[in-house]
Amino acid sequence: MESILVLAHGYGSGNLLAKTSLEAVTAGVNLARQLGATLSIGVIGADPASAAGRLAPTGARLLAVSGEAFTQARYSSDAAACEALCRAAQASIVILPGCARFARVAAGVAYRLAAVIDTHITAIGGTDNVEASRWFYRQRVEAIITRDTRPWFLLVDTGTHPAYELPLGESALSEGVRLPVALEQIAVELPPQRTTVTGLRSPTLGGETIRPDAKLLFVAGAGWTKKQPDGQVHGSDAARLILDFLNASGASLGSSKSLVDQKSENQGAGENQQVLPFLTHLNQIGQTGATPRHRKGLSTCCYGEEPHVVGWRFISERRAISLDPNCGWARGKADVVYVADAFQVIAELNSLMNSGQG
Amino acid sequence: MPNALHIVVCAGIVPDPLQTLEPVNNSNVLGIKNENALPAVLDPWAASALYEAAALIRKFPGSPQQPSKVWLVSLGPKAKLQQVMMTVAQKASFQFVAIDGPIGGFPDAHSTAAVLAETIAALPGLERERLLLFGGWESATRGAGVTLQLVGERLGIADQFQGVDQIELRDDGSFEVLERIEGGKHQVSLCAGTPAVLGWATGSLAEPRNNPQVGMTNMRGILPALQKAKSANLQANGLRYLSLSLPKTQRTTRLVKDQSPKAIADELLAWIREE
Repeated sequence: MESILVLAHGYGSGNLLAKTSLEAVTAGVNLARQLGATLSIGVIGADPASAAGRLAPTGARLLAVSGEAFTQARYSSDAAACEALCRAAQASIVILPGCARFARVAAGVAYRLAAVIDTHITAIGGTDNVEASRWFYRQRVEAIITRDTRPWFLLVDTGTHPAYELPLGESALSEGVRLPVALEQIAVELPPQRTTVTGLRSPTLGGETIRPDAKLLFVAGAGWTKKQPDGQVHGSDAARLILDFLNASGASLGSSKSLVDQKSENQGAGENQQVLPFLTHLNQIGQTGATPRHRKGLSTCCYGEEPHVVGWRFISERRAISLDPNCGWARGKADVVYVADAFQVIAELNSLMNSGQG
Repeated sequence: MPNALHIVVCAGIVPDPLQTLEPVNNSNVLGIKNENALPAVLDPWAASALYEAAALIRKFPGSPQQPSKVWLVSLGPKAKLQQVMMTVAQKASFQFVAIDGPIGGFPDAHSTAAVLAETIAALPGLERERLLLFGGWESATRGAGVTLQLVGERLGIADQFQGVDQIELRDDGSFEVLERIEGGKHQVSLCAGTPAVLGWATGSLAEPRNNPQVGMTNMRGILPALQKAKSANLQANGLRYLSLSLPKTQRTTRLVKDQSPKAIADELLAWIREE
């Protein structure tokens, strides 16, 4: 019989579990029910008792690694913590959220346990055998895989499972309510730490533009920085329109590779200032960028080339504004293509949203 | 200034992203239809790693007695490697190390990592305490983001960073690393020094222009490296593919022409507000 371990981590003071961790808990609870398997949940954090306590309704065996060293998302300490939890749980299947923290260490931990690992899992199923779905070639080929080898680590992509619903209201949770729970503290012998996390840095100017929880993805393409009908580049107008739209709609900002790479057409050689200064490669969607999960996506001034569109794989509803009726979006890649000037349309949209109609 | 750096870049080759990919099963060997005929490129994120490595070496060349050095370790079919290296060789100086093996995303990452680690461990002149192990944080084929970690663990490297966009070396040998995390932010870490594993995202450097002189110098090493490339037999490690399929990508697109910006904005607003 399989035994399942879900690894989770707290954030902030450790009182709350990260949303991605709660998604992994859902995956673990569902799989345990499906297979009739035993379930353990291991939590890492400075003081994960509260966070772990809220998982008591799952009926899982609850394990924790705690201490100041585990407030930092750092390879050596996180790997040691995960390894200790896995050894304590002796699970055959280990499910982890595909967040940056666990994606950094999961394979290393798997190696230490002579386990195997598969990542970017979008679904877990099967009755006799555990089967996992994932994509290859940057979301261009979908596969269902299975393995005989155990332990088997499965790193579940964020946004593919609903977050585990806690029995208490969100307001009560944020006040740090604790449930009585048998939480096993697992001791970890840490190696000397050579790395210190010194902080977080936001590379964008003009506010944070990447919002993973937004319903709408707004993608800006290179057309925003091309010469307009008056023969001029209107980079500052483009920047203002896009930022106004993001502020009014709450959308997350994506970009084509060509836009984040390019410099303004009207800048002289050697100048290095981007027309849209708030864009970085972190906004880039596609083959060498992100593949975000949002319900809706609106592409503007972007041609819809295949390497970019593979980043739209998990955007359910797609619309595009383009001056070219023969652009890639019009060839079965978007639901609706508006053949229009995005400058004018977005200005109208901003006006509508700012007038209270939005 | 830091001492000499020994940077090993692990980089696979991938089909050009503009190609249509169709999975095929040839006698239980999974692959992409006409894979050998498809044009290939260096894996894009691994290419970022190579360019960053080359830039670091230019900045910290070491000394004549102990020069800094870049190795490019690549696993793929020899003919494909040769084709890709014709271009890559002109971008940056490196010593090429070829491993003859299958291209593509379907072989198991653990086997790939074992072969890479074994090759790196045997590199003549490589000093582990100076090692920066570079690569892409994910490939454009398997896209698992685990190979580099596994290689790092096999080589006993306990400081690893993934989704790296920047490294800044300090005079005392320590370095600051920017790693991508959720929400468009970077996590900033300070590491005491080499050895370390860095899985690169985009980095901050543009693709270098072709430099024929660099290409000529590199090619003198590339052709012998291809000739003596060892063959890698990648094990499945219990990995079985139950199905491979292409997603249904074709949508019925409604083309909206000759509408005023105001009318389009009205329609879009209704769509955005729709629950």
